[in-house]
Amino acid sequence: MERKHIVTLKTRNLCESARKGGCGECQTSCQSACKTSCGIANQQCENAEARK
Amino acid sequence: MIHQYQLNGYNIVLDVCSGAVHLVDELAYEMIALYETMPREGVLTAMRERFRGDASVSEEELALCYDEIRALEEDGQLFTPDTWADSAGTLKERGGDVIKALCLHVAHTCNLNCSYCFASQGRYHGERAIMSAEVGRRALDFLIEHSGTRHNLEVDFFGGEPLMNFDVVKELVAYARTREKETGKHFRFTLTTNGMLIDDDVIDFCNREMSNVVLSLDGRKEVHDRYRVDYAGNGSWERIVPKFQRLVQARGGKNYYMRGTFTHRNPDFLQDIRQMLDLGFTELSMEPVVCAPEDPSALTAEDLEIVKRQYEELALLMLEREKEGRPFTFYHYMLDLAGGPCIYKRISGCGSGTEYMAVTPGGDLYPCHQFVGEERFRLGDIWHGIDNPEVRGEFAACNVYAKPECRDCWARLYCSGGCAANAYHATGSITGVYEAGCELFRKRMECAIMMAAARADAGAAAQTAES
Repeated sequence: MERKHIVTLKTRNLCESARKGGCGECQTSCQSACKTSCGIANQQCENAEARK
Repeated sequence: MIHQYQLNGYNIVLDVCSGAVHLVDELAYEMIALYETMPREGVLTAMRERFRGDASVSEEELALCYDEIRALEEDGQLFTPDTWADSAGTLKERGGDVIKALCLHVAHTCNLNCSYCFASQGRYHGERAIMSAEVGRRALDFLIEHSGTRHNLEVDFFGGEPLMNFDVVKELVAYARTREKETGKHFRFTLTTNGMLIDDDVIDFCNREMSNVVLSLDGRKEVHDRYRVDYAGNGSWERIVPKFQRLVQARGGKNYYMRGTFTHRNPDFLQDIRQMLDLGFTELSMEPVVCAPEDPSALTAEDLEIVKRQYEELALLMLEREKEGRPFTFYHYMLDLAGGPCIYKRISGCGSGTEYMAVTPGGDLYPCHQFVGEERFRLGDIWHGIDNPEVRGEFAACNVYAKPECRDCWARLYCSGGCAANAYHATGSITGVYEAGCELFRKRMECAIMMAAARADAGAAAQTAES
């Protein structure tokens, strides 16, 4: 339905990602950047196939 | 679970478990807040009352707005139930015993004497030490042997100051490249440096071999030189800045971060970001100091409020500079909503102690660089492997759902439980919660998501203008 009150940004659907994700190739920790805190959301998925 | 907030004129609603992000008008924002608390008629009555006198909110609009919310709920993009809690442990265990990243402490010594250093001037509460090439080669072999089917292996050269053992760094990279050919693995190297020993040779090498370099600079000269001094007490800013500039200029677009620390002395860290921009750096990471609460550099409750406002101002500065065609990156705001990590990663969190370990100059293994020197956490060594399965088990069982405080937090699938070392140092347990860190993390995510909303909004406005 066309919406007037709500705009949804393009995001990765986490429920969908349960089916194709989990390859383990992405960065594992904060090690190559900040070194003292680990945020996960700002890391990149390495699996182009799973991102679709 | 949802999270609603207003920032920079945007009404934002996050659907925590699906990851959906919605930009809504005032009516939808208020209606969503009530949606789960009462039946349809009750919601519409409350909204009718709330928007009485607002001609744009007709009966039709009220019904339409409600239907939009319900459609999103039915489509699994609003009020999505949490189905991850029961399977969280299993999801993390999928990684098995694979190790895919090592932090090599090639030098437990440093040519600077920074009082805020979590590694106690590079010695990690122990003796000064340098990693031999033999230990380093064995560490790389250990990594390959334990990496299972993983293709990308991450190795970070860390210290102390790793350039104090530069010959070994070069030798290890050359060794890894030969092992890549034999094994089909791919090494990604990172080097973290205070800059003191950067010269042309280092620049050439780093720009050729390091997929990322982390360059320690705290921003303004007076801020940097307060802590980052040599053993004679002299500040290092004037010596390192020109070297960093040369390295970055020669890097040709490859990844780097200027990595600063802010403390109680400079909660107004945006000034330091501006200084870095003025120096020509555009890839930036400023981190809150990690130290005991009684340490004079520790951030106070008052500082946290200043820092949160600084994060908001930073987001606005970034958007402004993007518009002007002068963008820059802030590590914690690099949020790719469409291409970020999958749910496995978001639940598992940091790989410390499981797929990521730190190696001391003598070859001992620890869960990560921040645990080195904490004897209870010694996992084993690179010759005999893990001989402390209890501690590894603790880390394997540590996921965002293993932390009771995280279960009700909207940001749990963004931070994934946070840093085990921060949690341990704040609470004595890796499944504890470093609340001050959480507070800042949530603010950073709100800012980063607001920026995504602003970009989408600007994109939509541009499209409308074109048509």
